[in-house]
Amino acid sequence: MSVLILGATSRIAQSLAHRYAENGQSVFVAARDAEEAAAVAADVRVRTQGVCASGRFDATDFDGHAAFLETVIGAVGPVEVAVLAFGDMGDQKTSEADFEAAHQVIDVNYTAAVSICERLAAHMSDRAGGSIVGIASVAGDRGRQSNYIYGSAKGAFGLYLQGLRNRLFKAGVHVMTVKLGFVDTRMTFGLETGIPVASPETVSRALFEAQRAREDVFYYPRFWRGIMGVIKAIPEAAFKRLTL
Amino acid sequence: MSTSRWAPQTLWGWGRYPRVESQVARPERRKEVAAALADRQGEPVLAFGLGRCYGDAALLRNGRVVLTRRLDRMLDFDPESGWLRCEAGVSLEEILHTFVPRGFFPPVVPGTQFVTVGGAIACDIHGKNHHVDGSFCDHIRRVELLVADGRVVTCGPDEEPELFWATVGGMGLTGLILSCEVQLARIDNPYIEMESIRVENLDQFFEVSAESGAFTHTVSWIDCVTTGKATGRGIFMRGRHAPAGVEGKPSLLQRVGARAPALLDFPIDAPDWLLNQASIKAFNEVYFRQHPKGKVESVVHYEPFFFPLDNVRNWNRMYGPRGFLQYQFVVPPDPEHKAVRAVVDEITHSGLGSFLAVIKEFGERQHGGISFPSPGPMIALDFGLAGQPLFDLLLRLDRIVLDAGGKIYLGKDSRLPRETFEAMYPELPRWKQVRDAWDPGHVFQSELGRRLGLSGPSSHTGPRGGQP
Repeated sequence: MSVLILGATSRIAQSLAHRYAENGQSVFVAARDAEEAAAVAADVRVRTQGVCASGRFDATDFDGHAAFLETVIGAVGPVEVAVLAFGDMGDQKTSEADFEAAHQVIDVNYTAAVSICERLAAHMSDRAGGSIVGIASVAGDRGRQSNYIYGSAKGAFGLYLQGLRNRLFKAGVHVMTVKLGFVDTRMTFGLETGIPVASPETVSRALFEAQRAREDVFYYPRFWRGIMGVIKAIPEAAFKRLTL
Repeated sequence: MSTSRWAPQTLWGWGRYPRVESQVARPERRKEVAAALADRQGEPVLAFGLGRCYGDAALLRNGRVVLTRRLDRMLDFDPESGWLRCEAGVSLEEILHTFVPRGFFPPVVPGTQFVTVGGAIACDIHGKNHHVDGSFCDHIRRVELLVADGRVVTCGPDEEPELFWATVGGMGLTGLILSCEVQLARIDNPYIEMESIRVENLDQFFEVSAESGAFTHTVSWIDCVTTGKATGRGIFMRGRHAPAGVEGKPSLLQRVGARAPALLDFPIDAPDWLLNQASIKAFNEVYFRQHPKGKVESVVHYEPFFFPLDNVRNWNRMYGPRGFLQYQFVVPPDPEHKAVRAVVDEITHSGLGSFLAVIKEFGERQHGGISFPSPGPMIALDFGLAGQPLFDLLLRLDRIVLDAGGKIYLGKDSRLPRETFEAMYPELPRWKQVRDAWDPGHVFQSELGRRLGLSGPSSHTGPRGGQP
């Protein structure tokens, strides 16, 4: 029984890989940059003395997803937990001006996630168990002018996970939607957030526990559920005038 | 990622003086380090680890600072030989956490575990075992360095030895350290068999030090307040890793730290007056008296033995907003210990007490260049920043140290005058030659480097007079 982490070079994903390896599970870490994924795997092995393999995962190579999953299963056995931690925030202004850029953001954050999730869903349904953890975003809770291309792709991913959860419930497969607020990662580095920023290590600990507790929708830090609740409650007539 | 995210940030060393704003980046992958170097916008560059240099060694005004904390992957470990390959931002704390349970220990540790291996190489750090095991770099066989022209160069004792020589203790001015191979030492027990001995004066310190050769680790706290016959009295500590099977108990501080870490944090600055002449004198008296006369044997965990202050987070705030500095020097061995006596006399008579002072005799091993450790007694003294009288005192100490053929540790410095520095480090011209050959455009600079003429435009030639 193994854990697959996609987009493993993110700080949260690396930290999560350590948690699962410490817990005695075999881990496969994958990222677009195979060399970096190998460094992450080495670190997990040295620190935890656990099993960790690595490989290249190109999110937008949809045709390659089936073969990729075969490779993973070949290396570390059937996948018990899959974490989708890859994403591409893109640049809102560039995405507005250049559809190719927008297309890339949508493909990485949504299309690719659907493609790999369906394969994982089939794999786990066959074995009547497993857990799919999708890292969506609070940006997907309401469209805002500052990041709606990324936000809409993540929002669509959230909606997709909702449906998948509904479908796989009877098969005994757990699907968790994760919505993260500000975390101290390369994405937020140097930003003046005005709101406390969580460390990637704290987030990974919380995610690990939430996955094991089979939560459905998991906001972290938890107060973000409240913040987004308020933001979602603002009437559209007023919201459209705001700069958020 | 083609460009780096730079953000303005004010950084300072452990002494919290000086404080300097820079543009900083925090790469998480090797490629991002190269990207940051390429994207420096024509400005000089410097690495910053955990900020435990006391002064201005890791600071850079009008420059680009690369935070190395997230370059922290351990890449390979050989349990047969103890060789660990890891990235520059890995801390000794993480190495201890990972490897003590497996029976390994960093070859050399300073007085805190919160330093990175990159910083340990750049400062060629020493520890309580210098007389036996040398400095950190005696246990390094390979360093991967991103040099000024953007290439990654591997150096070590057998490969690009000159670059290795200049990088060891080179204060980060030869390039950005990406990774290294360090050989961990085998231990049988995380506990230390230790003896502490009350020494009544300086002579007795040297007597005890001379007969402590069988102990791998030695250091002594020294009272730098009391005058007269008891000048230089202190508590000498010596120890070695305990054999397998010996059991000890965690210290009180460790127990409190584990249960209620908030109790052991300096959450705010203490007022500047907290550490004054009277309180320092009282502390020294109590600290000396609490130890019974003669020798006490005990078994202690490695943390209180090596890192007595690490349990109190942010203890540097004890000195208040003014900040503090550490004056650390070594002088060549001298049977009469004239220089050490002169320094201690100068301090005790100045009325500027050092709250915390330690003394240790270094062993024979040295690297030369601008690396610090060399044979002879070493003293480290902490002083709250007390303005001109302190700077004047330190200038007088510089004179004593220089005349004795000794030198100041750059990792702690924030005020040494350039001419004094040049006289203390006779191999400086050769070091600069090697450094400049690898970095002719002076890409790598620091406030310390500018002040002392190591790299970059000269910023300051005279002694530093007071707070900016």
